[in-house]
Amino acid sequence: MKRVELSHGGGGAETQQLIQSLFYQAFGNEILLKSEDAALLQVEGQIAFTTDSFTVSPLFFQGGNIGNLAIAGTVNDLAMMAAEPLYLSCAFIIEEGLPWVELESIVLSMAEELKKCGAKVVCGDTKVVPKGAVDQLFINTSGIGRVVCDAILTPSAHQLKQGDAIIVSGDIGRHGAVILSAREGMDLQSDIVSDCQVLWPMIKALIDTGVECHALRDATRGGLSALLNEWAATSQVSIEVQEDQIPIDSAVQGLCELLGFDALDFANEGSFVLSVPADQAELALGVLHRFPPCQKATQIGSVKGFQTGQVILQTPWGSQRRLELPKGELLPRIC
Amino acid sequence: MNLSLKDFYQGFRDPQTIKALALQIEQAAQQLDATPETPLKIMEVCGGHTHTIMKYGLGQILPNNIEFIHGPGCPVCIMPKERIDHAIVLAKMDNTILLTLGDMIRVPGSKSSLAKTRAAGADIRALYTPLDAIKIAQENPDKQVIFFAIGFETTTPMTAAVIKQAIALKLNNLFFHINHVLVPPAVVAIMQDDRCQIDALIGPSHVSVVSGAKIYLPLAEQFQVPIVVSGFEPVDVMQSILKIIQQVVAKKHQVEIQYSRAVSLEGNITAQQLIATYLEPRSHFRWRGLGDIPLSGLGLKAAYTALDAEKVFADQLSNEPIDDHKLCICGDILRGLAKPKDCKVFGRGCDPTRPLGSCMVSSEGACHAYYKYAEVALPSSSQSVDGS
Repeated sequence: MKRVELSHGGGGAETQQLIQSLFYQAFGNEILLKSEDAALLQVEGQIAFTTDSFTVSPLFFQGGNIGNLAIAGTVNDLAMMAAEPLYLSCAFIIEEGLPWVELESIVLSMAEELKKCGAKVVCGDTKVVPKGAVDQLFINTSGIGRVVCDAILTPSAHQLKQGDAIIVSGDIGRHGAVILSAREGMDLQSDIVSDCQVLWPMIKALIDTGVECHALRDATRGGLSALLNEWAATSQVSIEVQEDQIPIDSAVQGLCELLGFDALDFANEGSFVLSVPADQAELALGVLHRFPPCQKATQIGSVKGFQTGQVILQTPWGSQRRLELPKGELLPRIC
Repeated sequence: MNLSLKDFYQGFRDPQTIKALALQIEQAAQQLDATPETPLKIMEVCGGHTHTIMKYGLGQILPNNIEFIHGPGCPVCIMPKERIDHAIVLAKMDNTILLTLGDMIRVPGSKSSLAKTRAAGADIRALYTPLDAIKIAQENPDKQVIFFAIGFETTTPMTAAVIKQAIALKLNNLFFHINHVLVPPAVVAIMQDDRCQIDALIGPSHVSVVSGAKIYLPLAEQFQVPIVVSGFEPVDVMQSILKIIQQVVAKKHQVEIQYSRAVSLEGNITAQQLIATYLEPRSHFRWRGLGDIPLSGLGLKAAYTALDAEKVFADQLSNEPIDDHKLCICGDILRGLAKPKDCKVFGRGCDPTRPLGSCMVSSEGACHAYYKYAEVALPSSSQSVDGS
């Protein structure tokens, strides 16, 4: 079996072969193919800039792989600032011995994901490190995007307003549940598929329709719990959530029941949350429902003025409690 | 019939059923002598019930002449520091893999925790099922694998099953550090305390799936209190509270099984026999927050000394008791004499990331549940629940 060797990161002929036969083939574009020390870019207006590193284990999971994630993650961070994703950098840190076909499959997935949003990889780096120095493959992507809203309309965690509707774009917790069930030692079989996807098309449609997103964020690590708590603290508001309105896939809920987790703490890689003026909630939902991955988009709560900094869950039987930030390592309950 | 997982919990979280039970409880509670000043004190023995009560906000829909006392039923919380230190010492030995369950990983001992010890290089693994211990021992024949076994009657049969397999497979590299504890002796210790004011008990269903509801018969008789063996869903807990009130009103003190979908009076005899084959009560076991309780913990029988990590590695392990921080009032909380909010360090020096005492360490501990599911502080209240 062909594998990545230390020589592929040595800077010589093997490195050239790896770059040209794989990365240039998959990502090829005018800027990248110039092979300069740095990419030269022309961008007008306000720029959003972000970076993220991807270390997911296992590399392949139901619904995607580390490659899809590395593109979607960074593109989505840009999209959440109402920025059209344009240019990405991409750095691979590869453990020697990684099967070539796996790297190839990951890179091709990245190319597929780029097509969905129109962004380009314009510079990159490859390192191959000795066995044990990293776990198979780490990827870093950075990206810049052109902000398409006026500064005053750019979504921000600081801009939640009393009365806003809080909307989730789909069911929550699927990515976290997939990674947990795929973990070594779990031996669980399920048909849960990660929600990993690029979100720019949905965000663009919302902006084009005139939906005024006060805040936008994808509910990645820390899940919905962390996101809502950060918003409540940053904007100094409280967020009231109807617990029974939060869409959760029954298989995800089942996994939580088995192991004692809360789907609200699980990571998402495609579901995002919006805070929009209450009178625009229907409009926003109408736009989202046009996209198949957002069929379950729904309003889960609203922004209130009292008890600032708190997220309050309302149960269907009339009691309420605070939703806390998830803390510590996710560990299964004992009994 | 096509049964899906949600069928096991959905009906037991049904809003209409919960509201109807709340109404029935309210009506029944009017017949109690208890008042808001001298409420009926119900101890939910198990941390799982504390979790249910807090997570679903059940306290808010119950009449104010009912009060919960949060009992000692959290196997992680009651583990004294010296035994956590045992796990750390064992994990640090050369050529060793230490296995344990869930939350145990993050609980601090006297100086460190298993999580910190793991970060410093020790091979420590949280198991999803104890039976994985067999596989890990087989895959690592050159290493000594130590299973730090914890839990009440609920998890004990799994440990016994692992011991049985280890013997059958003649594994000579798998050792057991047994920390299994028993519910009835701990409840007796609390009820015998002169200051104890507990009027009724909610017993954990999973313990009785193994041990049967019979384990509570002597308790109900000795202390003249109603005991209801309850499931963990909100409807289960609400129905158990109703059953307790009905007994109190009728001046009864019986053992009732609410969780009749899995609990019998006798329990799982096969599991009980499996436990009795390999394990026996220790003369005493020290509980964090409660101190020494006679016959409250299990250990390996003398015939299995060769598997017993406490015996095999005895020269490495100290049994010197290590107490909690002097400001910690977990002992009083476990006895029902104080509430987490009565503690000076609750939410201030002590929170789930830096627990000072037993009740804050695991998600099933009373302080942890209060912290995580704190009720919403309304604008009119003078002090918020996090103590700030």
